[in-house]
Amino acid sequence: MLSAIVFLPAVAALALLTVPARAGRGAFVWPWIAVSAVDLALVVAAWVGYDPHDGFGWTENVPWIPNAGVGYHIGVDGLSLPLVGLTAGLFLAVAIYSLRETRRIKSYVCLFLFLQTVCLGLFVALDLILFFLFFDLSIVGMFFVIAGWGHGAAARAAATKFFLYTFVGSLALLLGFIGLYLAATPHTFDMVVLIRTNPLTGQGLYGGLVLLAVALGLAVKTPTVPFHTWLPPAHTDAPATGSAILAGVLLKMGTYGFVRIAMPMLPESWRRYALVFVVVGVVSVLYGALVALAQTNVKRMIAYTSVNHMGYILLAVGAAGILAGTDTQARSLAVTGAVTQMVSHGLLTGALFLLTGVLYDRGHTYDMAAYSGLAARTPMFAGLTALAAFGSLGLPGLSGFIAEFQIFTGSLPSATIATALAVLGILVTAALFLSALQRIFLGPLRLPDAPGTPGVFSDLKASEAASIGPLLALAVAIGVAPRFLLDVIEPAARTLTQLVAG
Amino acid sequence: MNERLGPLIPEIALAASAVIGLLAGAWLPRHRQWIVRLMAACACLTGLAATGLAMTQAATVDFGTSYAIDVATHTVRVVVLAATLLVLCLSIVTVQGHKRETEFYVLLQLAALGTIILSGASDLLLLFAAYLLASVPGYALAGFLKDSLATEAALKYYLMGALLGVLMLTGVTLLYGVGGTTSYPLLHTALAAAPHGAVAVGVLAVVAGLLFKIGGVPAHFWVPDVTDGTSTPIAAFVTTVPKIGGLAALLRLLTVAIPASAIDWPLLVAILAAASMTLGNLAAFFQTSVNRLLAYSTISQVGYLLMAVAVASRSDLATQSLLFYLAAYAVTNLGAFAVVAQLPHARTLADYRGLARQHPGLAAVLIVCLLGLVGTPPTGVFLGKLEVFTAAIDGGYGWLAVLAVLNTVASLFYYLRWLAPALLRAPAESRLRLLRPAGRWPAVGAYTAGVAALGLGIVGGAVLPVVTGPLIH
Repeated sequence: MLSAIVFLPAVAALALLTVPARAGRGAFVWPWIAVSAVDLALVVAAWVGYDPHDGFGWTENVPWIPNAGVGYHIGVDGLSLPLVGLTAGLFLAVAIYSLRETRRIKSYVCLFLFLQTVCLGLFVALDLILFFLFFDLSIVGMFFVIAGWGHGAAARAAATKFFLYTFVGSLALLLGFIGLYLAATPHTFDMVVLIRTNPLTGQGLYGGLVLLAVALGLAVKTPTVPFHTWLPPAHTDAPATGSAILAGVLLKMGTYGFVRIAMPMLPESWRRYALVFVVVGVVSVLYGALVALAQTNVKRMIAYTSVNHMGYILLAVGAAGILAGTDTQARSLAVTGAVTQMVSHGLLTGALFLLTGVLYDRGHTYDMAAYSGLAARTPMFAGLTALAAFGSLGLPGLSGFIAEFQIFTGSLPSATIATALAVLGILVTAALFLSALQRIFLGPLRLPDAPGTPGVFSDLKASEAASIGPLLALAVAIGVAPRFLLDVIEPAARTLTQLVAG
Repeated sequence: MNERLGPLIPEIALAASAVIGLLAGAWLPRHRQWIVRLMAACACLTGLAATGLAMTQAATVDFGTSYAIDVATHTVRVVVLAATLLVLCLSIVTVQGHKRETEFYVLLQLAALGTIILSGASDLLLLFAAYLLASVPGYALAGFLKDSLATEAALKYYLMGALLGVLMLTGVTLLYGVGGTTSYPLLHTALAAAPHGAVAVGVLAVVAGLLFKIGGVPAHFWVPDVTDGTSTPIAAFVTTVPKIGGLAALLRLLTVAIPASAIDWPLLVAILAAASMTLGNLAAFFQTSVNRLLAYSTISQVGYLLMAVAVASRSDLATQSLLFYLAAYAVTNLGAFAVVAQLPHARTLADYRGLARQHPGLAAVLIVCLLGLVGTPPTGVFLGKLEVFTAAIDGGYGWLAVLAVLNTVASLFYYLRWLAPALLRAPAESRLRLLRPAGRWPAVGAYTAGVAALGLGIVGGAVLPVVTGPLIH
């Protein structure tokens, strides 16, 4: 079942490769939409068939390279299933949005299908090398998306920067994985075995070094301050669909790594250095928010709010490692909030990046100062953007609130000062989103008049609305009736909390 | 005595085919010299089949204790013979109808034979004979084109090889003098009681010769000149194949013959590994010629390979990681060279602009091979690197593994400098002629190597047990 979900897009990509490129746009995008819809349906079926109290469900475990301790071991639990669902949904949205893409459509569709397999594979991997395989391939795939379909020559530089940064991170990760592998007897890369046996307990410095390597690799990918500098150029120069996947799915690989690998496999070191993660989280929250406030480029602004939002996750997982002055329930709440935040950020920021894609499509610039008073001309565009922005700043009734509320409530007992500081981040993001909305949508109508712009600023096309609308509808659904999501996450979060507590 | 010829079929097939080919070639008209090529290919296939059968049997030594036939010899045989087949494939376009076509095939086979014997040699004298057999045809191959660049390359290669060969012979003499024997197993006990200083000097001198064969720092100066000066198939051969035997020989010499008490060779090899990977990478950074870039990239790859040798006596994983990495490296490197051979008019990185639109298949091979050389999963080199890094950390050389990781990242930079224009830019109309393919056979070679480079990673689970096992002592 899971193998089918993961490899269906790749198989479709191989099939599409045999179709000649001159077959036209529809011959590639419509099959992509169909495959993504089928994939999403399969994920929903897997979701329905999964019992949250089961631990890992839908597992498949086949020896792959037994001599090296590597197996093809996949499965889902409450931490990964929501992200699998997010990935499938976001790729479907991106597929629909791509109905308007015109450049080299065959390679574009095949590349995205490949990325879809890679992203899904990462979240279901239960073997460190399998995880690393998908982690690295996601970097390769996204490199080509940014470099091949980004905005001009700057995109190639941004893509290279992205590649080098995240590749450095991935190799640090690999060293950490080797450290875990060598500590286990018999040597293995199997996550489930490593979580169960905890080979690094009582190893002191060795455990600390392995955590350092793993955390470094994940921190680059997440990204947290000070490893975030690749993110703004990558986002600014990527195509809208690439940005949506990069922010919505690829960033989650970092945060997911913390809850899947770093915390349960290195609980002792995690407890010892939890404060470091709390501090890095709070710094990311505040720094991301303040720098976002200063941006005039709307895409850069959203990119920096991603740093801010990922900071909340770091704060929560760090707080979950501080046992003093807290109880299992609070720490479990923080972890649940962190996972919810991953889903929520994926939906909202994915939608926001697609919306900026619409803006760029009409006005050929991301400069906020070039636009004014769009609300009167484009009510649907303005409405959806406002909804996504309010969700992103944590307005109750939307998914961002559910996530951040849980994070703050769960983190407050153990990291009081840090949480108090992080709440300030909400204020800043509220200010920056409101001022951006005000600048672009309110006031007298003004459109960029650079050469080549269409002059009229049309509202959302049907395909754009059909791709962005469902993402926001889901965000509202999570905001209003979150139980369907929380019921899956909570048992896994409780298990993780107990593992970290030792 | 155990002077059996049965286990030596692969070596005999190569030698016989080389000798018969030389004689036959002298009488064959120029347009029929393909018969010699066919004979060479048959010899390789015979050797592969014989090795495949022999692999299932227990490790033995032949001719006293002088020739070991164990997992290392078997692996080197398979890899060298397969690599020779690939090079034959690549070279058809270049040498077909050439007035010295036969000589080319004969030299190729003799060099391959020398390389295989290097890996099995378990006696200092046989080691030196193999060194000469692997080197001398190499010099001739390097100068095969007889133009000024090729002549310079051959001269540089020869002078360097002669100098280090003499040094190696000195080392052999010294070790024989203090140990009283040239047989590895006997040396192991004899050298433990010998004066440490003399043993250390002897080991250093022998290692220097092998370092020349594998193209590692500081005996690497010939690599870029030879790679740039000769035709691409020959460059592919001399930068890939001798390494395979040389590293296996180094592994055998250090683990079987040299007692750990005499000299701290793990540290020596670790330092050589660190120097090779770092200097190779730094030099590759701003190369604009694809051949020179590949040359420096092979020097840095030697560094990663030497890591496994450094921990050979400290980690059980070392032998298998070295042998697997060798196999994966050979096909991946040959794949990259095959792409270069298929596009003989594109000499610089900029000439590859627009390759993906022009030849998507070749671009795919280039992606697989270059990202493979970086160590991106799921290619074979990734699995090799994973094993080598694991062995290094397991053997207590964590710093070397960290350095190798940093070097891997650095290497990404120059591989991307090649890939980026090839994949991302549209071809310029005026330069399309640079991307004219050479012919069918190099393409076959490129696709085969590309599939193998990727396949070795995916079916690594089946290959790894085959290269696992102890060296015979």
